[in-house]
Amino acid sequence: MIAIQTTELTKKYGTKTAVNSLNLSINEGELFALLGVNGAGKTTTIKMLSCLAAPTGGDAVLLGNSIISNPLAVKETINVSPQETAVAPNLTVKENIELIAKMYGSTKSTAQTKSAEMITAFSLTEVAKAKSKTLSGGMQRRLSIAMALISNPKILFLDEPTLGLDVLARRELWAEIKKLKGKITIILTTHYMEEAEALSDRIGIMSNGELKAVGTAAELIERTGAKIFEDAFVALATESEVEI
Amino acid sequence: MKFSAFASRNTKEILRDPLTLFFGIGFPLVLLFLLSAIQANIPVDLFEISNLVPGIAVFGLSFISLFSGTLIAKDRTTSFLMRLFASPHTASDFILGYALPLLPMAVAQSAICFTVSFFLGLPVNLNVLLALVVLIPAAVLFIGLGLLAGSIFNDKQVGGICGALLTNLSAWLSGTWFDLNLIGGAFKTIAYLLPFVHAVESTRAALNGNYSDIFPHLIWVIAYAAAILAIAVIVFGQKMKNQKA
Repeated sequence: MIAIQTTELTKKYGTKTAVNSLNLSINEGELFALLGVNGAGKTTTIKMLSCLAAPTGGDAVLLGNSIISNPLAVKETINVSPQETAVAPNLTVKENIELIAKMYGSTKSTAQTKSAEMITAFSLTEVAKAKSKTLSGGMQRRLSIAMALISNPKILFLDEPTLGLDVLARRELWAEIKKLKGKITIILTTHYMEEAEALSDRIGIMSNGELKAVGTAAELIERTGAKIFEDAFVALATESEVEI
Repeated sequence: MKFSAFASRNTKEILRDPLTLFFGIGFPLVLLFLLSAIQANIPVDLFEISNLVPGIAVFGLSFISLFSGTLIAKDRTTSFLMRLFASPHTASDFILGYALPLLPMAVAQSAICFTVSFFLGLPVNLNVLLALVVLIPAAVLFIGLGLLAGSIFNDKQVGGICGALLTNLSAWLSGTWFDLNLIGGAFKTIAYLLPFVHAVESTRAALNGNYSDIFPHLIWVIAYAAAILAIAVIVFGQKMKNQKA
């Protein structure tokens, strides 16, 4: 079953086209990576799909709801872990998670129960009562994803989840993301080749606001005749649109 | 109420910042003591406690703009607001969530100011309660200014605009530090076209029992508060609709 279907989705800022006529189909339970260099249009795509930026053309349907005609229904089914640190600094880890749970309709007791489960699942027990501003970058990202998952979203957007993290913190976060595979639909943006290759079921390569190619890492490598995925990315990012 | 969880978070964020206590309560009280000490040594009508405390209360409220503006700007610059905007809430939920916790804080701040003034000679009577009510539109005005600044500028800019410019301008143009008649001319005209002196004058009228003088001044404050809040809501709504990449 299709979770996300975009049709000619376009976003322009003045004369600049950030995303140009994006046609994309993502299945339920799939982990789909949007890969591209800075300014490729990944974050703008996520912002449109999560109803944070209105498209200037086209539409997207998420689990049957249009982002244009029914954004509140879309928002009920999704959650977002933004690119930059997005936690309330003076609230504790526990309070941050409970805040999001309550904002998505949980009662106080349900929020507390769900928060306790999430704190355990994301190994945040030791810092549960610490103010989030005191956490390391890796811990804050982990908290950020826990906050995004507390609402039990059917679709989760992870925007550059490991940006700026060291290798160990990145690998720890990868492990957390891998645990989610198959359970919910995940759209992950990244400009790390190895991250897209390691985590995703399929990869979409974006360049200059356009989707250049879609396929598994192996398919994209085979398509270009490259030896490694990075070479395949470079070749495809400069090609015209190809569906594999 | 959908905004209550968010409002609760905003209350915690503001009250857990030690600068809030210093600037919100400590600094206005220091000025109150200082100017009362001057009055004790060199008596000036302007610094008599019943004239002084309304000005200090309005000056204290100007820091509410700093608190609300900084909080919103920080939420924007750290992408926290992006996370919140992705939740199924409307612009009005967020605006209420930001504004409502600040109103009781503003009233509490003014109440502390008046309570301390009792020890400096302010008569204890029901007019003080009336003055607290008359200050509410001024509180809404400063909350609106903070919402507006926080929706447009980053937290450092808000610090400069609300923390330095607004607090000083609102003080100079309120007739608290000096009698506007001493300068007169364009300065006085501009001051009376802005809401700050009217906020002080309406509170003075309430505190001194000159009830007929309250509304002619208060209407200015109410009009400015409504206009600024409406503009803030529109700007905030636009920001919410279009999060730039």
